[in-house]
Amino acid sequence: MAADRLSLVFGALADPTRRAILTRLADGEATVAELAAPFRVSQPAISKHLKVLEQAGLISRTRRATARLSRLEAEPLREVTTWLARYQRFWDESHERLDDLLAALQASQEHAPGHDPAATVKGNDDE
Amino acid sequence: MSKTTITAEPGIPQIIITREFGAPRDLVFRAHTDPDLLVQWLGPRDLAMTIDRYEARNGGTWRYTQSDAQGNSYGFHGVFHGDPSPDAIVQTFEFEGAPGHVCLQTATLAERGGKTLVRTVSAFQSVEDRDAMVASGMERGVHDSGERLAELLARMQNS
Repeated sequence: MAADRLSLVFGALADPTRRAILTRLADGEATVAELAAPFRVSQPAISKHLKVLEQAGLISRTRRATARLSRLEAEPLREVTTWLARYQRFWDESHERLDDLLAALQASQEHAPGHDPAATVKGNDDE
Repeated sequence: MSKTTITAEPGIPQIIITREFGAPRDLVFRAHTDPDLLVQWLGPRDLAMTIDRYEARNGGTWRYTQSDAQGNSYGFHGVFHGDPSPDAIVQTFEFEGAPGHVCLQTATLAERGGKTLVRTVSAFQSVEDRDAMVASGMERGVHDSGERLAELLARMQNS
């Protein structure tokens, strides 16, 4: 994903109203009036949010007669999900690997003191 | 077995990550500052990690990339502030996919009974920045809308 697009998507997702709008649109297309109904905000305010979502590529908008319909575009969300899932996984898995590495370093230090430069650490001072 | 704890409170642009390791502090410190050791553990197993530079000293810079099997590559870089010590490893962190969104990370290592508790505080520029990073529930229950988004994202991925 292009860097600026990821920023746009993150920016769009940072607002709770916009996330709620996306949740609603996951159930199908909706007009501005339908999207505004659950919120205590005006239709112009909702329109503003829709503009941000549209610029991020998260929704597309079409006209049907006099109504303007918003539709969810799933692809940018999929791309963000991939990135976020990676971020979420990052520390858990890193720390498991660090656990293993620390165990290996300590084991090699015990078996061959001074022979493995990676395992050369100062001994524990008296506790 | 110890577990990684990630805390993100609503309204505070911070993430705190803590984890206890069964090793002395000096060794855990080396694993965090020696690039030859760092490359062996930082990041998920299925991502190829390449460290371009990792100058763990005051004013030193670092950059690494992580690549997946599909050929997507993600770059990160930052700067060390102050000489790293087990009392504080202070550095900036920036994902190159979102330039200008810089996070300040402070890691402290505390030894007790032969084990070492690593506590990393990440300070973001704004709650919005922080929330964008954790939006899909890096820590579950940050707030309701975050949970809803996580559900939405899950549904999107399955559709």
